Amino acid sequence: MNVLVFSGIVFVVSALAGFLGSLTGLGGGVVVTPVLTLALGVDMHYAMGASLVSVIATSSGAAAAYLREGYSNIRVGMFLEVATTIGAVAGAFLMAKVPVGALAVTFGAVLLYSAWLALNEPKRSEAREADPLAARLKLNSSYPGPDGAVTYPVARVKTGFGLMFGAGMLSGLLGIGSGAMKVIAMDQVMLIPFKVSTTTSNFMIGVTAAASAGIYLGKGYITPGLAMPVMLGVLAGSLAGARHLMGAKTRALRRIFAAVIAVLAMEMIYNGVSGGLK
Amino acid sequence: MTDRRLELIMGTLLRVGVALAASVVLGGGIWYLATSGMTPVDYRHFHATPRGFGSLGSLSGPEAVIQLGLLILIATPVARVIFSLVGFALERDRVYMAITLVVLAVLVYSIGSAWW
Repeated sequence: MNVLVFSGIVFVVSALAGFLGSLTGLGGGVVVTPVLTLALGVDMHYAMGASLVSVIATSSGAAAAYLREGYSNIRVGMFLEVATTIGAVAGAFLMAKVPVGALAVTFGAVLLYSAWLALNEPKRSEAREADPLAARLKLNSSYPGPDGAVTYPVARVKTGFGLMFGAGMLSGLLGIGSGAMKVIAMDQVMLIPFKVSTTTSNFMIGVTAAASAGIYLGKGYITPGLAMPVMLGVLAGSLAGARHLMGAKTRALRRIFAAVIAVLAMEMIYNGVSGGLK
Repeated sequence: MTDRRLELIMGTLLRVGVALAASVVLGGGIWYLATSGMTPVDYRHFHATPRGFGSLGSLSGPEAVIQLGLLILIATPVARVIFSLVGFALERDRVYMAITLVVLAVLVYSIGSAWW
């Protein structure tokens, strides 16, 4: 295969990845990594570098639109980024000391269960106690619903923060999967509305990924010839995805999200068993 | 400065960063495809050659242009965090300035430690 054909295929795949990634808040790595490694025979290290580029491109490309429309919650994002970035650094340190394969299999199983959970709206009791910490940190906000602004409180701030540390650590250890944990923690634990959860995750994953970018660049995982079609494709896809989110039904978005993380879970289990992650 | 304005400026900042990175990568990409589009692809084997900022000189012309665009892309979220710090300072929000500073410190440590 010559470079021209290869770049064309990677561009198309990446566009799909950017589209799904921006709608689900997961970034594009879920699609990019397996297609590159399994279908196109790219080395795992280069695929990880390409996946990182795809996450940053999806995040920044779609976040511009989500911020303008008022979906992403920047305070929730900034506050939780403390946990995810510190977690990511801790994860990178632990990489040599932890049996990554076993961890990938365990996390894959957790993700499969989360995919099931994510299908349904978490129970929000009418009289539920708002977390006083959320008020103090000004996390409670509103987002544009079909009939004007919908306000929402944020619950269980400390538990959410702790889970975000875990999400960051896993992303440092395994390279992928941080977006999934972020959306699940915000949606199921902190009871933040689904569209706000996915767009805020989308807003955050760029920063978490940038924290690992130095290491990836330093080790030469990011190679220009491969990153070029990935970045351009993902950007095109994420801009299209961002346009669709506004009008999309939450139920449909939940189904897409659940399907994508189920695939991600199986990828992780496969990688853990086959020893692809080192 | 209100949160709404902060969001709008942040959105614009991200759009500009992404547009700039995309144009540079696109330019480099066209050049790259024009010069080596017909050569066979080989990403099967990983060649662990460390590449930092200084590596731009060791890459071929089109690859160096693409790499420059990728660096702009990676810098975009970092610039967003730096701008958040300014924004929260203008809002006189000490708590969020501290939160943003922690994030920025971790980012600088993490990106910096890869080079040194």
